[in-house]
Amino acid sequence: MEVPILKQGDYLIASIQGSLTDTDLTRLQEKLVLSVRSYRSRGVVIDVTVLDVMDSFAARTLRSIAVMIRLLGAELVIVGIQPEIAFSMVQLGLTLEGTMTSLDLEDGIAMLKSAAQNNGH
Amino acid sequence: MDADIVTISADIDVMSARHRGRELAIGLGISGSDLTLLATAISEIARNIVQYAGIGEIEFRTVTHGGKRGLMIIARDTGPGIADIAQAMQDGYSTSRGMGLGLPGAKRLMDNFEIVSETGKGTRVSMIKWEQ
Repeated sequence: MEVPILKQGDYLIASIQGSLTDTDLTRLQEKLVLSVRSYRSRGVVIDVTVLDVMDSFAARTLRSIAVMIRLLGAELVIVGIQPEIAFSMVQLGLTLEGTMTSLDLEDGIAMLKSAAQNNGH
Repeated sequence: MDADIVTISADIDVMSARHRGRELAIGLGISGSDLTLLATAISEIARNIVQYAGIGEIEFRTVTHGGKRGLMIIARDTGPGIADIAQAMQDGYSTSRGMGLGLPGAKRLMDNFEIVSETGKGTRVSMIKWEQ
């Protein structure tokens, strides 16, 4: 399932629409990195509200995206992690170290804006 | 006893297996975060099949014990097998591109977990989630 990426000012918003295969996640990673470069984006929000599972591959891909886009000068915020997903992530031993997280899209954008201010943009 | 088998040979099958597992678990009265734990564990062991064995299958069985119903998941492959299971069950151990959380992680997510493997013959993981 393709993840649509929306450009909103300095930011990109990727809203996951359902279950994703490992290939879908890898495609999302490539597409986001290329889009950050071509739009000179300052930040990316990935909305995982309807993602059915956050397994080791999904968590690792999200962490890789955070590292890659940071190398291009942008920050990543993951929004919409559901309570049961948080529970399973902790049981599985997964962390999203180095990645900002926020409750929803609005908070995520606000977080990117304040991060940009702190970095003197 | 109901049996239900999903062939696992590509990442799309990993997704189908976790969907099937969730569907069957709902039918057994398993609910809430247990469904997510179950689907996540299926995702991990199904991915192991694709990564290490290339092809295998996941069987779903309804089991009962002491008046409680549960969903048993059996993952089988005839791949290279695991030489040192104790090591594979340690957090952080991985020989492929995984993060080494697959097997020990799946064990923590489920109520029962068993693994049998023989080098050159394959691996069989069976795990159960019981209704609350």
